[in-house]
Amino acid sequence: MNSLIFRTMAPILATLMVLFSIVVLLRGHNDPGGGFIGGLIAAAAAAMSGMAFGVGAVRRTLRFNPIAFAGFGVLLGAVSGLLSAAFGVPFLTALWLPANLFGVPGVFDIGVYFAVFGTLTAVVLALEDNGEET
Amino acid sequence: MALDFDTFAILLLLAPFGAAAFASLLARGAGRAAGWILAVVPAGLCFAFLSLVDDVAAGTAVRFAIDWVPVLGLRLSFLVDGLSLTFALLITGIGAVIMVYSGAYLHGHRRLGRFLATMLLFMGAMLGLVLADSLVALFCFWELTSVTSFLLIGFNHTHEAARRAAFQALVVTGAGGLSLMAGGVLLHAISGTWDISALASSEGLRHAGAAYPWVLGFIVVAAFTKSAQVPFHFWLPNAMEAPTPVSAYLHSATMVQAGIYLLARMSPLLAGTPLWQGLLCACGGATLLWGALSALKQVDLKRMLAQTTLASLGLLVLLLGLGGEGAAMAVAAYFVAHALYKAALFLVAGVIDHGTNTRDITALGGLRDQMAVSFIAAGLAAISMFGLPPFLGYLAKEEMYAGLRFDDAWAVLTIAVMVVGNALLGAVALALVIRPFLGTLKPTPHTPHEGGIALLLGPVLFGLLGLGVAFAVSSYGDLILAPMASAIHGARVESHLPLAIDVLGLPFWLSVVTWALAGLAYWRLDAIRASLLAVERRFRWSFDTGFDQLMFGLIRFAGAITRTLHHGRLELYLVIVFAAFALVVLVPLAALRGWPELPRFAPMTFYEWGTVAMAAVGVAVVVGARTRLGSIVALGIQGLAVSLIFLLFGAPDLGFTQLMVETLSVVILALVMTRLHLSTNDPRPLEDWARDGLLALICGGAATALLLRVLQGAFDGRLSNFFAENSVAIAHGHNIVNVILVDFRGLDTLGEISVVMTAGIAILALLRRQHKREPLPDRPKRAPRRKAAA
Repeated sequence: MNSLIFRTMAPILATLMVLFSIVVLLRGHNDPGGGFIGGLIAAAAAAMSGMAFGVGAVRRTLRFNPIAFAGFGVLLGAVSGLLSAAFGVPFLTALWLPANLFGVPGVFDIGVYFAVFGTLTAVVLALEDNGEET
Repeated sequence: MALDFDTFAILLLLAPFGAAAFASLLARGAGRAAGWILAVVPAGLCFAFLSLVDDVAAGTAVRFAIDWVPVLGLRLSFLVDGLSLTFALLITGIGAVIMVYSGAYLHGHRRLGRFLATMLLFMGAMLGLVLADSLVALFCFWELTSVTSFLLIGFNHTHEAARRAAFQALVVTGAGGLSLMAGGVLLHAISGTWDISALASSEGLRHAGAAYPWVLGFIVVAAFTKSAQVPFHFWLPNAMEAPTPVSAYLHSATMVQAGIYLLARMSPLLAGTPLWQGLLCACGGATLLWGALSALKQVDLKRMLAQTTLASLGLLVLLLGLGGEGAAMAVAAYFVAHALYKAALFLVAGVIDHGTNTRDITALGGLRDQMAVSFIAAGLAAISMFGLPPFLGYLAKEEMYAGLRFDDAWAVLTIAVMVVGNALLGAVALALVIRPFLGTLKPTPHTPHEGGIALLLGPVLFGLLGLGVAFAVSSYGDLILAPMASAIHGARVESHLPLAIDVLGLPFWLSVVTWALAGLAYWRLDAIRASLLAVERRFRWSFDTGFDQLMFGLIRFAGAITRTLHHGRLELYLVIVFAAFALVVLVPLAALRGWPELPRFAPMTFYEWGTVAMAAVGVAVVVGARTRLGSIVALGIQGLAVSLIFLLFGAPDLGFTQLMVETLSVVILALVMTRLHLSTNDPRPLEDWARDGLLALICGGAATALLLRVLQGAFDGRLSNFFAENSVAIAHGHNIVNVILVDFRGLDTLGEISVVMTAGIAILALLRRQHKREPLPDRPKRAPRRKAAA
């Protein structure tokens, strides 16, 4: 896209969106937000960057294939559930650190974040890629 | 942890499966010794079973069981009675010899390890099948024998014939497996138990009325497919494509005998009705004659033997159909005799093939000096098959004839069929040993040489057993045959094996007639073969080609169905999906008279009106927009209004998510449009537009009606209250929605993110496919022509 305003604003907006998505992810347990919505915001950032600087630049910035992020997310969710095996409680039981600051649900939510972000980014980038590279 | 008896027994039963895991390693490391080492497992099991013979003969069946799925009341129960013990002895005994034989027969073969492993798996499955008391276990092992025999028959998978034979065997026996499952489920539904030994008495079942013919039909189809009875017989001769040890094992005591086992096991429950007698006698008799005649037609040693197996199976089915004490005894005697001589003869055929590189009896002759041991072993087995006293085969034939009476026309026909069948089998027995071994020596592709000890162990052992048992007739009858016959008959059977030849009795004279006819048939063998082949040439169609026609027909049928349902026109798919949705919602509402009443609306504030107006404008633009891009953007406006509604009514999380989803939807839809090079305008003709619009209205109306109906029902607050109370207390989170997602229903979410990822991968695959400039799957070549027609 050749709009100068868009190209100038895009990096700032994208950075803000990614930061905001992380805030949304982390505060989700007590306030509106969470992994799903955080992942959506981050994917929107990736989609916008793709339009502004081209898909190749976004792919290089991400370093890994976006679908690998999704796989990592699902894996993280599953592994966070398996932790319960060490304590002899059922799969995906919520385990908490002392003082209930952080626990399995938080790790699981991060997994959701990555799964949503990875999948949507992969799809959007593949669509934006006008047949140059997939 | 101390092993209790049940666990120990089941571990023993699983030993062949365990040994299979090491087969590949042994084949690589131990070379020639691999067969001998692996044979230890079945041999050990065989001795274990031998130790049970006395107990079982005394009438105490051995039982063991473990819980499988206690919630469903499923228990893996096993029973060792006379019937299963005889089978188990032969399976493990012949199995041990076959392992030794295979190690030598396939020595140096690249895939020897895989072969031995599959053999052991098959052996374990077969053993489980005959010992299982639970119908569920029986079915599982039954299917396992089908699968492993598929692998064994198709072992030479580079040959097309072997692949076809394996496929054919799998299809036929697999269909039988389904039938067995249906029969088992029906039996369970009638009786309420899975254990065969606990099933209601035969009287109860026969009085089950309408269910009885169904149970009988399912069980009989299962048994007939496995035991290759007419009209399912065609797969067995083709299974000859397997290596010789497989044939020897499959034909003697396993696989095809599983059907006989099933019928024998079920005979106390199902036998004795005209339907049982008619089905089994007709098909058994037909198979007996068909197999015996087909055997005379062949010149290949293995094919001849395969056809005689058909005949023998038919004979066993015929005897089971006749029923009664004498027939049960005859089944037991013939089963054992046949297993021993058939294994021996197959193994000798393998030795001849190994030594001369041909199996054609017209090309073989005079091997008696070069292959003396094989000659003796084959001779012993063939005499048993021919039925000369005092061999096992003679005893079996006497038992068969002893039970017969010239009562009516049917009985006479049965006797005639049996005598002719036995005579033809006798003729084949003569041909099998006289043609290759006697006469003048003929040149063969290889200079004939005798096999090694591993190859000759089996034939000699089985040949001698067929003779040696005759010297212990009374204990053989009491310990092996009578318990087996009792299990088949369902009541105690005493052994009455003849200790001396009764020259005045009818059975002896029937035997004499049989021998005479056999001699006659052998004398005219070549003439008979020529005329049989001439008849065969007259008929173009055979069951084998019928199978092919059935398969091709099935494929064509499936293709036609797929083309009809999977026409590749995306818009029609969508129409069907949405129409189905409307039906699913509207039909129950109409049928149950659940139409909602029109609600009374509370007065709305100006910003609520504003939001509704925004949504309405969005929809209006979607419908009215001239370009697709306009529609997509307008869809975003409508979505924004919906997320505002969520926000206004106290669902910030939902509103938040909806907003992002709508944003990304617009982006993705726009991208899809450019990516697929869709035209910016909507090219739908008016009638399509009207159809889609009507459907949209109906779907929207249906969803609205459903939602109103739901809201008018009483609200069940149990779940909401639970979450509200426990969100902070248990899950330490104030955002209930998030706590539900990641904690209370974490498993659901895990499933959902997996689905999200999988969908992403699928989309990538579709896009990549399009990128390669292949034709899109949803644009068939036929589509334009149809449009033109419309």
